[in-house]
Amino acid sequence: MEPIISIKNLFKTYDSGFKALNDINLQIYPGEIFALLGPNGAGKTTLISIICGIVNPTKGTVCADGHNVIKEYRAARSKIGLVPQELTTDAFESVWATVSFSRGLFGKAPDNDYLEKLLKQLSLWDKRNSKMRELSGGMKRRVMIAKALSHEPQILFLDEPTAGVDVELRRDMWEMVRELRQRGVTILLTTHYIEEAEEMADRIGVINSGEIILVEEKTALMQKLGKKHLQVQLQHPITELPGSLHDFDLQQSKDGYSLTYSFDVKQEDNGIAALLERLASANLQVKDLHSSESSLEEIFVNLVKREPVTE
Amino acid sequence: MNWYGMKAIYYFEMARTWRTLMQSIASPVLSTSLYFVVFGSAIGSRMGDIDGISYGAFIIPGLVMLSLLSQSISNASFGIFFPKFSGTIYEVLSAPVSPFEIVVGYVGAAATKSIVLGLITLATARIFVDYSIVHPLWMLAFLVLTSVTFSLFGFMIGIWADDFQKLQIIPLMIITPLTFLGGAFYSISMLPEPWQSLTLFNPVVYLISGFRWSFYGVADVGIGVSLAMTGLFLALCMAGTYWIFKTGYRIKS
Repeated sequence: MEPIISIKNLFKTYDSGFKALNDINLQIYPGEIFALLGPNGAGKTTLISIICGIVNPTKGTVCADGHNVIKEYRAARSKIGLVPQELTTDAFESVWATVSFSRGLFGKAPDNDYLEKLLKQLSLWDKRNSKMRELSGGMKRRVMIAKALSHEPQILFLDEPTAGVDVELRRDMWEMVRELRQRGVTILLTTHYIEEAEEMADRIGVINSGEIILVEEKTALMQKLGKKHLQVQLQHPITELPGSLHDFDLQQSKDGYSLTYSFDVKQEDNGIAALLERLASANLQVKDLHSSESSLEEIFVNLVKREPVTE
Repeated sequence: MNWYGMKAIYYFEMARTWRTLMQSIASPVLSTSLYFVVFGSAIGSRMGDIDGISYGAFIIPGLVMLSLLSQSISNASFGIFFPKFSGTIYEVLSAPVSPFEIVVGYVGAAATKSIVLGLITLATARIFVDYSIVHPLWMLAFLVLTSVTFSLFGFMIGIWADDFQKLQIIPLMIITPLTFLGGAFYSISMLPEPWQSLTLFNPVVYLISGFRWSFYGVADVGIGVSLAMTGLFLALCMAGTYWIFKTGYRIKS
């Protein structure tokens, strides 16, 4: 499948000398939700800004739907909708006026029916005549999304879409993103909320210090790099771990009633059988067993700490 | 050509004018009218004619030009400065609009406002002072040419400025003095040497002179020279704007 966004050997060095991006290569495919994860200052916003034409690249090529974003900027930009991180709106304009402005700006003929449908979908129809300054932060965020969708883009960039957003709106936005994907819109999402990527993304890219350190299917990533934890509840508390268990990656709880064993899911022999044998030989009676997978957050923290990654 | 994009910017800017009617139109018309009352009707009636034109009528082109220059600069500079200041410029930069279309949208709206303002000011002047327009088409041509040129100049100031003070510095510290000293209230032939020669280095002299010629058929400098100087300033502003978009100066990092 041809990528809808293709980034090749992209570099960006700001006038100050700060290297924001260093040899980025990335392909994003039609219809997917791609989450770009990274700590603050990793280069997420710079990357999006270059694709959208807001920042000039130092070197490299970027294509959107096969169109070079610099040489064929009209064709490329008309495919893209951007929801920026900051709530930058014209405070004195009405919701309707600002969304209509965005549609016109992207070269689309006025279509009141479409805009009405869009505002209704985003629960903004009742606020269409309200001035932007009269809206709450959450409502403004919805307007930013409406503006980005006003020209019916094929690609939607959401730059930290739920930063400072309450839980209810966050859930609503996740729902909306899924609906957009169902309609065939490709979504690139930058976030440092791991929960957001875990909830929505098909694929995940991790960027740190201007370099893409990993791109992987979300489920595969969690399988490949994820650790499992086995919690062993003991019948009687222990004060000290028996010497025969020192070979295992075990954490003892403060009250001495449980042991947590961490193991790599990629290993064929996960060591559980051996652990249970050693527990029995040490006369430690097991009351209960519970296993859990590591979250994407743990994976992300590990990746960023230990880059470059080798699998 | 992205006609819808250009129209969107133009109408968006014009909507700001209608939203702030008092500030955009009423206030400059009132302040210019005060000049007509004070210098035209009150003091002007006690002053002699200049080049066979009553003083009240003589100062009209200069005062309209003063209003036109300051409003063109302020409308265009604010029009582009505010999106930069508020951050909404991201949308224009990420839209499929060319630099030419962006400039036509912003500068076109600023120039339209100035032209409307100039015509209202002229109509208001008629209440206080009797005047005639010998070359109405040339008058309109000068009005449009000056508005576009100085709106372009204002657009560049708006790009250059990174705070509100800088936005005001050039109109207040340079344009207003140049207009006052550019023959708005007097004929430069009334100045002694070397001021008469020195004043020819003031570009506003040529604008006022040409504009006054379209009213009364008399000018401090030849009409051809006035037109050439206005055209030269327009070309300089166009070159400056082209350079801004070519380099991304203070727009793109």
